[in-house]
Amino acid sequence: MLRVAAAARGVRRAASLLHRFQSTLVIAEHNNETLTPITLNAVTAAKQLGGEVSCLVAGTSCDKVAQEVSKVPGVAKVLVAQHDAYKGFLAEELTPLVLETQKQFKYTHICAGASAFGKNLIPRVAAKLDVAPVSDIIEIKSPNTFVRTIYAGNVLCTVQCDEAIKVFSVRGTSFEAAPTSGGSASVEKVTPPPPVGVSEWIEQKLSKSDRPELTSARVVVSGGRGLKSGENFKLLYDLADQLNAAVGASRAAVDAGFVPNDMQVGQTGKIVAPELYIAVGISGAIQHLAGMKDSKTIVAINKDPEAPIFQVADYGLVADLFQAVPEMTELLKKK
Amino acid sequence: MAALRVLVGVKRVIDFAVKVRVLPGGQGVQTEGVKHSMNPFCEIALEEAVRLRERGGAAEVIAAAVGTSKCQETLRTALAMGADRAVLAEVAAGAEVGPREVAAVLAALARKHSADLVLLGKQAIDDDCNQTGQMVAALLDWPQGTFASQLELEAGGGAVRVQREVDGGLETLRLRLPAVVTADLRLNEPRYATLPNIMKAKKKPLEVVAASELGGAPNPRLKILGVAEPPGRQAGVRVEDVPALVAQLRQSGCV
Repeated sequence: MLRVAAAARGVRRAASLLHRFQSTLVIAEHNNETLTPITLNAVTAAKQLGGEVSCLVAGTSCDKVAQEVSKVPGVAKVLVAQHDAYKGFLAEELTPLVLETQKQFKYTHICAGASAFGKNLIPRVAAKLDVAPVSDIIEIKSPNTFVRTIYAGNVLCTVQCDEAIKVFSVRGTSFEAAPTSGGSASVEKVTPPPPVGVSEWIEQKLSKSDRPELTSARVVVSGGRGLKSGENFKLLYDLADQLNAAVGASRAAVDAGFVPNDMQVGQTGKIVAPELYIAVGISGAIQHLAGMKDSKTIVAINKDPEAPIFQVADYGLVADLFQAVPEMTELLKKK
Repeated sequence: MAALRVLVGVKRVIDFAVKVRVLPGGQGVQTEGVKHSMNPFCEIALEEAVRLRERGGAAEVIAAAVGTSKCQETLRTALAMGADRAVLAEVAAGAEVGPREVAAVLAALARKHSADLVLLGKQAIDDDCNQTGQMVAALLDWPQGTFASQLELEAGGGAVRVQREVDGGLETLRLRLPAVVTADLRLNEPRYATLPNIMKAKKKPLEVVAASELGGAPNPRLKILGVAEPPGRQAGVRVEDVPALVAQLRQSGCV
């Protein structure tokens, strides 16, 4: 009995010792003006590892974002690298900076949110460190054991990573966002390595919208092929306005040109997990379900009673969307 | 304009329409007797390479796969779609190869065959990693154009312009060649292999080499401890009409 207790103490001590030497670098995503929310989810994941958390802010203009990050509780240090070479946040330019930072501070973990930014950068960093990265983790079991989904979210895979440096990306919807006030991290400048110059950012065309951002919205209204045209998406925008919801789409709706592709929800689009997901005129293919089946409540409106979406829906309504959606919008207006 | 040599990585995966099953014991998913096909993103990458050649931008398209001998079938499909020749970097059945090993092999092949452009899909629909292209680019120290929805060769041939699908919309990059580009769904619509082309593909060269000779040694530092089915959702209810739906949502506090 005593011996068991002593052994347990020993394990605990070893574990806390291990924790003390654990340190994580979170690569912050931002647009030179504000921090991208997924970074806050990544910070929460980093804190679960138990060690010290640092954040790297690189860009052409970093002061505001660095201030923002320094107030996030749990972040001990903010490293800032400002240089014109970071225009467009090119992986070719950011990778040497991350490597330089790694050389100096010797982190045990390096991570970022699994957004287009993180997915582009993290594997390049890992390859340069000669380690196998882990993508889009949904759970941290221990500092070297992670859970992620494979086969379009149909299988959970537990991975043990015995690399000296664990390099991974974090699924934003699987970790709470860290608070944005109460922290007081130190801010330190990092000298940027010389520009690589093999790639160049030319331009961007961003979809403008007054609605909440898709991946972090509390309510999402999504349309599929059943909407029949881009004009008909107005029905969904009206409904979304009543619910302060973001609007998403299935691949079918994007391929048919109804809406731009950055609205796509699914295995190859965005992964969302809102409080309420309303799927309108969406059949519910495996690839779409991969992007939304962790939503808290799912509503399906579809005229085909056999549509697979009804198998995951908490509330299903078999009806013509062209009548049901306007009716719902009107009812919600009344309160 | 100097015509490029393009290397396209293709992967054999369980067909996208198959509902995968976890094996009892949770050591993996059932792959025996299950329909396999070319990963859809790889088809798009290959189609883009073939179109580049048809436009005169590419001199040769080489399809490459890393995997067991069964991948020969995937490479034959690639040849039927228009690749000029194929290379299989073979591994023993049951060997664990991940993006890190595949990237090492593709980087070695890109060097060996003097490729100017490596085209890959943005992710494989089995492991959903979305890593290989970025890792190939890193190993070669080449620029990367990930999640491409448009690819244009610049006049003069020294660079490509890549339109990328990013979270808020689209962005355009200019990459100096040689470069690595990964295809998003919107890049193109892949062609079907016609019967005459399938017959012709049987005569095209398909070289088999050992992956281990190209640096594709398995990485024991990443272990899959087990796989499991995700928790199922509780059966929902059907509501009669819109007022009933709104009432339910109000009652449960959703709206």
